[in-house]
Formats: sequence, C-alpha cells, structure tokens
Amino acid sequence: MMTLKMLLRRRRLVLLPMAATALLATLPVRAQSAGRDGNPSKTQPPAAELPPGSPALMRPDELAKAIESSRAAKPVVLNVGPRLIWVQAHIPGAEYIGPTASPQGLEKLRSRATSLPRDSFIVIYCGCCPWEHCPNIRPAYKELQQMGFTRLKVLYIANSFGTDWVEKGYPTAKGD
Amino acid sequence: MTRRAAVLIAVVGLAAALYLSVHRRAARSHPTDFALPAIILTDLSGQTINLAGYEGKVVLVNFWAVWCTPCREEIPQFIALQEKYGAHGFQAVGISMEDPEATLRDFCREYKVNYPIVMGDQKIAEAFGGVLGLPTTFLIGRDGRIHARQVGATDFPKLEREVTGLLQSGH
Repeated sequence: MMTLKMLLRRRRLVLLPMAATALLATLPVRAQSAGRDGNPSKTQPPAAELPPGSPALMRPDELAKAIESSRAAKPVVLNVGPRLIWVQAHIPGAEYIGPTASPQGLEKLRSRATSLPRDSFIVIYCGCCPWEHCPNIRPAYKELQQMGFTRLKVLYIANSFGTDWVEKGYPTAKGD
Repeated sequence: MTRRAAVLIAVVGLAAALYLSVHRRAARSHPTDFALPAIILTDLSGQTINLAGYEGKVVLVNFWAVWCTPCREEIPQFIALQEKYGAHGFQAVGISMEDPEATLRDFCREYKVNYPIVMGDQKIAEAFGGVLGLPTTFLIGRDGRIHARQVGATDFPKLEREVTGLLQSGH
C-alpha cells in the first residue's frame, strides 16, 4: 500500500519538471543580435540594406522588454515615420522626429541627435510599410551612423507598426 | 506539507505567468460593429463624398501614399477593378496618408486614376479601427460590413474573387 510520503514524492517528481517547463516557457528568447544586456554590440554594419538578421536590428520583443524593465538602461527611442501613424499609436517614451526620407526630416534628426553623447543607446523605428520598402529607416540609420553613434539599433518591423507592435500587445501610447 | 504547498504555489504562479505572457499579446482586430462612416471628404477634383452614401455598393477603401512604393504599385490594379466592375456596383476610394497635395495630384494625373482620392487624416483612419501601416485596404460589402482587411500587399486574384462574390451575393 502506498504511503502518503511515497505519494507526495511521486507528485513532486511530476510537479518539478512541470514547474521547470513553465519557467522556461516564460523566459523570452534571447536576441541573437544583442549583447547579454540586450544592448547593441559595438560593431555596426554598413547602412546599405539592413537585411533581416543584421546585427544592427532589434526585435520588437527585445525593445518591449528593455522599455518595460526597471533595471535595464532605457534607450533613446526615435520615431522617423509619418505623423498620421504616430498620433494613432507609438512607443511610450519615444520622441517624434518625422519621415527621414525627406531632407527636412534628416535635418530634424541631426539637430536632435547632436546633443546626445555618441555612446548613447539609440533605437530608431518607423513601421510605415513592409520592411524592405520603408523609405525612412535606412536614411535615418545612415545619418546617425555617420554622426558616430556606436550603440545604434534599428527596430525590425517586418510588416507594419500595427501588425508587429500594437497587435502583439506591446506597450503603446497615443496622441502627440 | 509546507514543501508540498510551496511546490504547488510555485507551479500555480508559473502557470499564471505563462498564461499572462501569452494572452497579453491578444490581437486587436477591426471593429465588428463597423458601418461606413458618415464623414464628408473632398476629393482632389473638389467633389465632396460621403462614405456612408456608398452603402448598397461594394466599396474598396485603400489607405496609401505616393511615397510608399508597394502602395504605388497597386494603383493600376485598383484602376482596372474600377474600370471592370464600376458599372456593376463596385466603388474604389483612395485615402492618401501624408502626401503633399501637389505630388498626389501629379501622380493621379499621370496614372489616370478613375476613382476618388482624398487626403487622409487621423479621424478617417480611426473610423476604420486605425491604420498603422501602408498599404491597408478594406473591402466592404453592400451591407456596409467589412468583409476583408488587408495590411500590406494585396493579393489581386483573391481580391477580385471577393469583389465578384460580394457583387453577386448582395452582401
């Protein structure tokens, strides 16, 4: 006859792996592109195309974690997309620059970035259109790279800000 | 007993954390109680249009911009759909998101756009549940309900099947 002690031991054998599995499931997948602290590495690729998988890219879940974390250093998040999308939804704490496909937008980006230390952790994002067609993100990246920023990341938004950020449930603010 | 309780609490806690991490990312969808908004818009030719006035037609609303390459590439196909099905109750409407008016006029003239194009704003975008990426295209049936919402490039063979289906079904 099974004693109470034996029963408890058996349950523990079942429960402990379950607990371990649940714990592992809650841990986010670590970014291949980021360092151990979630911050960008020091080596920056050329601005050319920023293909998916480029070490300059940061995934939405990585950025969401960084801005929600009370421990991690907060990046300076700059939006370089259209205002009509920004006013409907944007990343809390981000600053609006405007579309950097235009010379005026690039000038605004330059004047905002001038005062920042060159080792600032900066994340730029747009999300206006599918990644390969975004007219804003590459000029912005190139500009900041040329200004000498060494810890520069680009938020990789594959489809749109709505699909890859808002509908995923990441933190969102509205308005100007 | 204490150890057993601790294990149970840990399991319940972890299960709750797992559940929340999955369900906080619940997708937002377009409004289910959607009706074509009674918003008066002025198109590039100066004509006023009221989207609600299109009820009874199969309406395609395309949020786009000249500065958006994939959006631009779709325009000739919307023109073709308007040409082909306009007489059967189909109506396309283009809503430009942040184009300078002169650029938009030049583009529409060059491509001979045969359906109304209006300048978009936050109000019209939010009337469609928010437009947070381009192109975004809605297909609305004769009953005024959204039958399809496409964020990103349109699958035109599929869209045409949906348009003809809606034109025939009366929905």
